[in-house]
Amino acid sequence: MQSGTFHTSYASDMALRPYWPQRVRIAIVLIAVLIFPWFADRYWLNLANTIAIAAIGAIGLNILVGYTGQISIGHGGFLAVGAYTAGLLAVRLDMPMWITIPVASLFTALVGAFFGLPSARLKGLYLAIATLASQEIIIWLLTHGKLLGIGESLSLPPATNNLFGVPLNALGNNDFVFYWITVGFLALTVIFVSNLFRSRAGRAFVAIRDQDIAAQVIGVDIFRYKLLAFATSSFFAGLAGALTAHYRGIISWERFTIDTSILYLAMIIIGGLGSVSGSIYGAAFMVLLPAMLANLARSVSGVVPDINSYLPFIQQGAFGLAIILFLIFEPEGIVKMWRNVKDYFRLWPFSY
Amino acid sequence: MANGNGASLSPPQLEIDSVSLDFGGVRALSNVCFNIYPGTIQAIIGPNGAGKTSLLNCISGLYRPQHGAIRFEGRNIIGMAPHAIARLGIARSFQNIELFRHMTVLDNLMLGRHIHMRSGVLSGGLYWGRAQREEIAHREVVEQVIDLLEIQSIRKKTVGTLPYGLQKRVELGRALAMSPRLLLLDEPMAGMNSEEKEDMARFILDVNEERGTTIVLIEHDMGVVMDISDRVAVLEFGQLIADGTPEEVRTDPKVIDAYLGREHAIRQG
Repeated sequence: MQSGTFHTSYASDMALRPYWPQRVRIAIVLIAVLIFPWFADRYWLNLANTIAIAAIGAIGLNILVGYTGQISIGHGGFLAVGAYTAGLLAVRLDMPMWITIPVASLFTALVGAFFGLPSARLKGLYLAIATLASQEIIIWLLTHGKLLGIGESLSLPPATNNLFGVPLNALGNNDFVFYWITVGFLALTVIFVSNLFRSRAGRAFVAIRDQDIAAQVIGVDIFRYKLLAFATSSFFAGLAGALTAHYRGIISWERFTIDTSILYLAMIIIGGLGSVSGSIYGAAFMVLLPAMLANLARSVSGVVPDINSYLPFIQQGAFGLAIILFLIFEPEGIVKMWRNVKDYFRLWPFSY
Repeated sequence: MANGNGASLSPPQLEIDSVSLDFGGVRALSNVCFNIYPGTIQAIIGPNGAGKTSLLNCISGLYRPQHGAIRFEGRNIIGMAPHAIARLGIARSFQNIELFRHMTVLDNLMLGRHIHMRSGVLSGGLYWGRAQREEIAHREVVEQVIDLLEIQSIRKKTVGTLPYGLQKRVELGRALAMSPRLLLLDEPMAGMNSEEKEDMARFILDVNEERGTTIVLIEHDMGVVMDISDRVAVLEFGQLIADGTPEEVRTDPKVIDAYLGREHAIRQG
């Protein structure tokens, strides 16, 4: 507990970051985020964009799994819905990204609410299997995409990457411009979701996770709120998918298989269930781990020439090892480790 | 208190009209009939397995009785969803604490205000204007409950970390935050020491007197039941065997045989 801060109104007591050390930390992070792209090269900008997009998707999944307690292994499918909706709108109707991205997000929210219908009857692992079905149905529709007129992959016309008529490549290189777009959307997502969970609807989500019978008895219509949780979660999956489509310029269904769903689950478990910042830490960890291993392999390839052929196996092994180590040593994730660090320094130099 | 005699003049707030509840072949409640009058404290007593909690579950909509009617302020509530019954003004606490363990005391109580608030996902996420004003207005109502229950010092603690007695108090607080007209309390004093019981009895009486809330109370501590309730209903094996003032019930030979025991009756004079 932080002490020495005296709030004189409910509004200041209920602020998202009521204590000054929190505000200082936020300011430092903001400054770092604003300075970073001016010094980073395209490799690092690409990593940052990948992290930002993954973090938006992970926050979306955390709304459903971490906050509302509805396990979903269909998140990859919802990312695909967002990506393909944006892609098809751009390819078929030549719509610019500032229209396709919101439309794709809203459409994914509707699809998510539809696939959330089984949550009326199913809980826990049974619901997880039902979401697995939604994953497979969506991927099946895309691979048998003659219905939608999709081939193996979809290439977006570069001209659709414009903001209100200003083409993005006039503003700088693709990675640099998309840095501001992805990080901007991530910031909006963080603010929206943090607010959500300090207000009525968000509390109802958490109530369903903690005690669904008590939630009913205090007047929460739990079926309605489960569907809302599916819709909200899928909205952010759709946003992440649509951003991916426009950033990469080419999408194929292989990016959105069950592997992706599990990768996102791993992000929120490693980062911290039921935590917005945890979702970002988890996304960063899961993107940086294979990238750093690849860098390491490159630097030792002079000594161990074969290492590049083993790299995919090393990456997969590290991925599994990381999950196991986290589950054993810090099941509450990176966000708990960070909290321990903060607690240590708050009490320093006294240990109690 | 002590308005039990006058209460029967006003129409009942809750009518339990020949309610029967079966689980497969087991009859949990059979033809239970009694009325609960506005502003009274109604105790329900009886041995374990008599159907007391089942009756509360029928009232709050968690169980659906096969026969009979439960009328709240004249309206049959059987078949309504639990959240719809809550909106009518019926709140309850549970025998085994059913709080939202990972949330703070404040958030638990704010959830009690859920039915009185409007904002949804979009306005909550934007937290601008109406949603913020609504949160602050309802925070004030919650603070009144916090003051009443004397839990100011724990308002930002996570509920799961609190001791049992305080959790019971927070659960009462969550029900009170709903500003109910009928409050169902399932063994609010179970597992408490006598000091904690006194506190809880005082809170129940305060709520009844200051807010005029009707209270239905399941309790095993006969001293408390006889002291604070206006009327007492006695269940045994799913049947209502007595319903009256504490004095009438205490001397009823059927109740003495089924539940109180001879010795108790003699000791109480």
